[in-house]
Order: sequence, then C-alpha cells, then structure tokens
Amino acid sequence: MLAAIGVMALLAVTIGLVLGWSAVRFKVEGNPLAEKIDAILPQTQCGQCGFAGCRPYAEAIANGEADINQCPPGGEEGVKKLAELLGVEPKPLDEAHGTPKPKSVAFIDEQACIGCTLCIQACPVDAISGAAKQIHTVIAAECTGCELCLPPCPVDCISMVPIVEDLPHWKWKHPVVMMKRIAETEEA
Amino acid sequence: MSRELHRFKGGVHPPEHKAESTSRPIHAAPLPKELVIPLRQHIGNPARPVVEIGARVLKGQMIAAADGYISAAVHASSSGTVTAIGLQPVPHISGLPDLCVTIETDGRDEWVVHAPLDYQAMEPSQLRMQLRDLGLAGLGGAVFPSAVKLDPGASRACPTLIINGGECEPWITCDDLLMRTHAGEILQGAAIMHHLLGSTTVLVGIEDNKPEAVAAMQAAAAGMDFAVEIVVVPARYPGGGAKQMIQVLTGQEVPSGKLPTDIGIQVFNVGTAYALARAVRHGEPLISRLVTVTGHVLRPQNFEVLIGTPMHTLITLAGERDGATGVLMGGPMMGVPVPDLTVPVVKATNCILVKSAALFPPLPKALPCIRCTRCADACPAELQPQELFRFARAGDFGRAQEYHLFDCIECGCCSYVCPSHIPLVDFYRYAKSEIWAREKDKRAADLARERHEFRQFRQEREKKEKAEKLAAKAQAARTHAALDQAQRAELAAAPAAEVTAVSDADAKKALIAAALARAQAKKPDAAPRNVDQLTPEQLRQIEEIETRRAKIRELVRKPLESEQKNP
Repeated sequence: MLAAIGVMALLAVTIGLVLGWSAVRFKVEGNPLAEKIDAILPQTQCGQCGFAGCRPYAEAIANGEADINQCPPGGEEGVKKLAELLGVEPKPLDEAHGTPKPKSVAFIDEQACIGCTLCIQACPVDAISGAAKQIHTVIAAECTGCELCLPPCPVDCISMVPIVEDLPHWKWKHPVVMMKRIAETEEA
Repeated sequence: MSRELHRFKGGVHPPEHKAESTSRPIHAAPLPKELVIPLRQHIGNPARPVVEIGARVLKGQMIAAADGYISAAVHASSSGTVTAIGLQPVPHISGLPDLCVTIETDGRDEWVVHAPLDYQAMEPSQLRMQLRDLGLAGLGGAVFPSAVKLDPGASRACPTLIINGGECEPWITCDDLLMRTHAGEILQGAAIMHHLLGSTTVLVGIEDNKPEAVAAMQAAAAGMDFAVEIVVVPARYPGGGAKQMIQVLTGQEVPSGKLPTDIGIQVFNVGTAYALARAVRHGEPLISRLVTVTGHVLRPQNFEVLIGTPMHTLITLAGERDGATGVLMGGPMMGVPVPDLTVPVVKATNCILVKSAALFPPLPKALPCIRCTRCADACPAELQPQELFRFARAGDFGRAQEYHLFDCIECGCCSYVCPSHIPLVDFYRYAKSEIWAREKDKRAADLARERHEFRQFRQEREKKEKAEKLAAKAQAARTHAALDQAQRAELAAAPAAEVTAVSDADAKKALIAAALARAQAKKPDAAPRNVDQLTPEQLRQIEEIETRRAKIRELVRKPLESEQKNP
C-alpha cells in the first residue's frame, strides 16, 4: 500500500518535473496559429481588413476577434484556405471591406510628382524610392498594389496599373475551360 | 562488341510518317525580306538587345547579349537594317507577343568577321562563355543553353556523353537528314563536348527506323580519333527523350528530381552537336537550323532555315494545299499549335506540321475517365496518369506533386492511348504552370512580409533614436544653464551652497529668460523697413492701415475676453 503510494508520488513528481522543464525549454515564441494564418494572407499590407497589416489581422483571427472574410486581396480562395485551416465553414467576402481587384502596381507620373515624400511614408513595404524635392518612383517588383500611397498624394499623380498578362506571366488555362472556349468558337 | 540494350517501361508505337519528308534532299530556304528574331528563344533569361533601331547589322552579328548564366545570345541571321525592336507574335501556344528584333534584309547576306576557336588551347570556362555568346542552345526541343550543360560542375567529369539521334516523334526527320548529310560535323561537335566534359564513353543513340543515318554515322565514326560508339536502338516512342535514351543505352535511371549530370551522364541532340561544331570550327553563331515541313503540304521536305524566317513562307515553299486545319510546331505528340503563321522560326522549331482533317481527324468529345489505367501502362516515366489527372482537374496540386507531377515529360503517350480521349497532358501542363505561379506568388508575399517587418523595425529604431537625441539635447541644455547660473552666482559672490541648490525649475526659468533676451535682441530687425522717404500720401495710408489693424486686434480680443468671463 505505502509502496504503491510512494511509487505513484514519485512518478507524479518526475513527470511534473519533466513537463515543467520542457515547458521552459521548448517554449514557442508567439502564437503558432497566427503564424499559420499569416502564411495564408497575401501580405499586401493594405489594411482593408481594418487592421494595420496582415500580421495584426492574423493575430486577430487567431484570437477570435476578427472574421475570416475581411481580406479582399486574398479573395474567395484565401477565405477557403483560412476556413480549411481553422475548421470552419467558408463564407463569402465581406463587401464592407472592399471587393477583389485585378492585381496591379502603383505608377507615379513623374511629370506631376512634386517630391513631397508623403507616398514614401505611406508605403508599407518601402517600395517607393525618392527623397524630398526629388522625383519618386515605384519599385514595381516590390509593390504589393495596396493603394495606400494614393490618398496622401497631394497632386494625385499616382495611378494603379493592372498587371497585363505577358509571356513570362502567362499560365495554362484549365483544360476544361479551354475545351469549352474552343467549342464556343466553333459554334460561332 | 554490340552493347547490351535495356528497355524503358511504357511507350507507344504511333504511325511513323517519316518517309514523306526523307525522300527529298535538304533545300536552303530563300532569304526572306524581313527577319523577326525573338529574344526569348531559350530557357532562362531572355537576351538583352545590344543594337539600336536603324543600325546596320551583318550576318552573324550579335543583336542581343546573354543576360545571366542561364541565357544565350541572339544573332542577326542575315545582313540588313534593324527596323524595329518591340513586341511581335512568336510561336507560343498563348498567342501572346514577345520582344523581337526585326531586321529588313539587304539581300547581300554579308557575314560579320568570324574566326574559328582553338578549343583545345582555350580555358574551358572561357570556351563556354564564347559558346553562350554564340547563342548555342539545345536543338532537340527544350532549348536549354548548351554552355551550362557543357560545365561538368563540381564533380569535374561526366563519364558518359550521349549524342541523341533518336528522333522518336512521328513526321519529324530533320535529325535524320542532318545525320545523313553532316555525320562528320556532328561527331566533330561530339569531340568538343567530349573535350569539355572529360567523358570516357561517347555513345550515339539512333532509332532503327533510320538505317541511312546509322550507316552515315558509322562511316564517320570510323574516321574519328576518339572512341565513339553508334548504337542502334529499337524505335519506340518516346525513345528519343533524354531520360529514355539514357535508360536504353546504359540501363541507368535518372532519379526523380535529379538531372542526368547527377549520375554522370550528359545528353545532347545531334543538331546541337552540329551547331557546336559550326561554332567552334568556323566561329559561326547559331543562326539557322534544319526544319521539317510536312503533313498536309504538296512537297514535304526539310529546309535549312534562317532563324527569324516567317513560318508561312516555308509552307508556301513546300506547296500549300487546301483543307489545312491547323499547324503544329513540333510533332503530333508533343507539338504546340501555332496560332498565327506569321510567327518566325526559332531555335526550337524542329518541325512545322500542317494538319488536315484526313491526316489528323478531330478528336471525339472527351468522355469521363473510366480508370482503365492504359495510360499508366503507357507512361514511360512510370507515373499514375489517371491519378495525376484527377488531382490536376480538381486543383489538388499538392497531391499531384506527391504523385511526382514534375517527373512527367509531357510526351503525350497517356493522351494517345486514352480510350476516353481526355487531353491528359493539357491537365498536367495546367497543373505545373499553376504550381509555378503559386510559388512565385508565395515568394512575392514572403518578400512583402520581410520588407514590411523591416519597415516596422526601422520606424521603431528611428523613434528610439529621435527620443534619445532629444533627451541628450535637453540634458546638454540643462547642464549649460546650470553652469550659467553658477557663473552668475559666482559673479554675485553668492554663497556656494546656493549654486548647488540650482533646481531644474531654475534651469528652465533661465532658459526661458535667455530665449526672451534673444527675442528682444532680434526685435529691432523686425521693425518696418523702407519707411525713410515716404510721401505724405503713403504715410496717411500707413496710418489708416495701422488704425484698422488695431481695431481688428481690439475686436478679436473682446469676444475672447467675454468667453473667458462667461464660464
């Protein structure tokens, strides 16, 4: 009887110590769920979801403070992926946060730019190069198309240019779609 | 003596249709009035244009330089004037235009100065750079820059070199004709490859449906000063695929996700070997190639064509016939439809196949997959095409990759045997291109995340730096004021105790006093200027303005005072 209690107590203490030690040793910094959600978000950093970027939105979703349908750049596909990750039903995008748009990049009309640096300060990914009273220009490869540079521009010289499909960006269409299109043209 | 041959799994025997175009000798296609030369003719970065509009160029002159390691230069195929550098239709299934250099030929076909390369005396890396600048790329279809493939890499040697004369695709005969007519030069090219790669075994694999080519190559091999074995392999599609040729000749399989070089083998097409020989022994860049024009034409045959020649001129030369239903670039198994016949012949154009309803009856409507697994039996890559199809159609690309989608060589055997006529390869191409696009998006998102996080870090740092700077400044001002006070105190012969008791409040007071004093000192400067020599009229005006200002000041002050009183 006593031996049994002793063994159990010893076991409890050992396991407790191991668990306590591993809690300290293998502590995970940050929220792993937020990390996973952040990996799905498109990283546009546009703030259309109502948060100051993709990471804060991911954290809000992880904490149950935000819904999964507030990211227009992610589109329906993004909502679907988030729903799959979180084990909830996918839902249509919330119109209140905007609608998906074709992918574009910002373009600065250098004739009109007065070099005020306001857009540089607004860009969430530092994709605009320039300095005070110098012409600014967008680094197209790094622009996420968030449109945050549009409102601060005092001379409205920034426009969004949709990315046109060219050879390096061309993708094979889904063959069923292609076959249907061929059938339609043949009928016509 | 004869080598033991191996078998690759799967494969099909489509009707060959090779005799149509082998009965006529090679003709040189006439010089067209205009050459349109695309800058993206190889895998890797497109070439960078180095000529300007209006410039006169000579035959063989570089018009676009290689951009990066995996790239190749592009040359003028004939002499003339550059009339445009811009987007032009190119042979691509999308029908999208691409950057091309347009040359109006002058008919003189004047060569640029070129000299043979002494490859044996040259540093291998230097020779490879030269070959890249001569625009060499694989002519078997993949157009991979040859200079990259001729680098044996860290292993320093590639024991087996295979020259691929398989040409398994039906209808195409350009490699066959090249081997019949230029066997010696092909083997000279092989000798250069042999030299660069340090190979010990050189094999030439030719399918048994090309006896004339085999005979010509054997005759040429006898006169070579290095050991080269001409191996006749049984014709079975896709026996001319690099991986299949390796398996048949050596029994070795290229592991999934690996390259032939990883198992010490390198494969080159016979056309590439010929082009390499021309480049090294004559200094000629890759500006022409053999093209089979066949199918629904009057005189199917092979042409020696300058790169940039419009495809429709070749069809006219071979004799256009009524009832054509489309044109393929390449063979019937792997060829891609050409949406527009004004597109130029490029380095990858081995065949122009004109289709007709009789030769290529339209496929019946695709039916659902019945999971008969005939495709799996035919697949030379030993994949499960029916599963890949299922995943690709459903957009389950992760699973498709698990089933080794990227080992698919798109040979078309599965589509060929499919009793439901499903265009299986199109699904694999779609899935591959979607996966690449997603990977690209993922890289862009990662870059954006990294830049955003760095920006936040920078802003924090700047804020901290600013706060520290301000604090340091305030501290400096305080000590300065304290010293001031101390000096004054000393002057006033005050007791030393008082000096040490100078509080922060006192220091602040002192600062304010100093600022006020400075402002006072500046005041005379702010007095009105240019008032010395004024007419009485102007003085009167000033007087008026001043009274008005005083009145306004009065008015402004009054409501303020009343407001202050009210609460």
